[in-house]
Amino acid sequence: MMRERPLSPHLDIYKFAYTMATSIAHRASGIVLAFGFNLLVWWLMAAAAGPSAYERVQGVVGSWLGQLALAGWLLAFAYHLFNGLRHLNWDMGRGLERAEARRSALWVVIATVVLTAWIGYVAFFGGETA
Amino acid sequence: MSLQSPLTRVRGRGSAKSGVSHWWVQRVTAVTLVPLTLWFVVKLLGLPSLNIGDVREWVAEGWTPVLLIMLLGAMAWHSALGVQVVLEDYIRLKSLKVAALFTSTIFHVLVAIAGSYAVLRIALTTPITAG
Repeated sequence: MMRERPLSPHLDIYKFAYTMATSIAHRASGIVLAFGFNLLVWWLMAAAAGPSAYERVQGVVGSWLGQLALAGWLLAFAYHLFNGLRHLNWDMGRGLERAEARRSALWVVIATVVLTAWIGYVAFFGGETA
Repeated sequence: MSLQSPLTRVRGRGSAKSGVSHWWVQRVTAVTLVPLTLWFVVKLLGLPSLNIGDVREWVAEGWTPVLLIMLLGAMAWHSALGVQVVLEDYIRLKSLKVAALFTSTIFHVLVAIAGSYAVLRIALTTPITAG
């Protein structure tokens, strides 16, 4: 029916740059957060329902699998937050030069590690020291 | 005046006139979520414990339920828009794509309502403690 339409340059054509990885990681972390959103609401629903429902959620979250999921969710949150700020900055027309984009990608990774580590530290040890 | 030819319009090529709104709402919810999510995490970490009593007391106090419902709404909306784009990009089969978009939209609305209901229920049934 339609003629072959011209094709934009796509993944197979570009040489890999690590800014590509930060780009796809934004989507990946967003998907993780979309799943995490359901868990947040599940937790609130349990808190609204009462102690027995809440204990069930605590049991799941407290298991090693739950802790792993929570850590992954935290990492995704920190990354999506900082890379999202990077996107908002781009939306204002700033930081779009290649060197700037590479530098900001590095800052996003550093900030993500720091925030994740800090929240993880406070969550695990904060109760005892504070 | 349109720059599209009539033939192009009939074939459904070109703007559906809703792209700007999608883009804009994604940004507005993003900007809203930055302070709200940070507030949520900081508040949660500052609770004496995550036992049901402490959590409910916090959820019910002052502006917390208002901000929590706003957080849930912005999060659901932002998530729905983001998931929509991902589904549109990666599912090639048209029927499956439409089904997935349909399901995602309804599910996001459902979860947002559930979360808001939970917050309200906690806020309206937790007795106010002195101090």
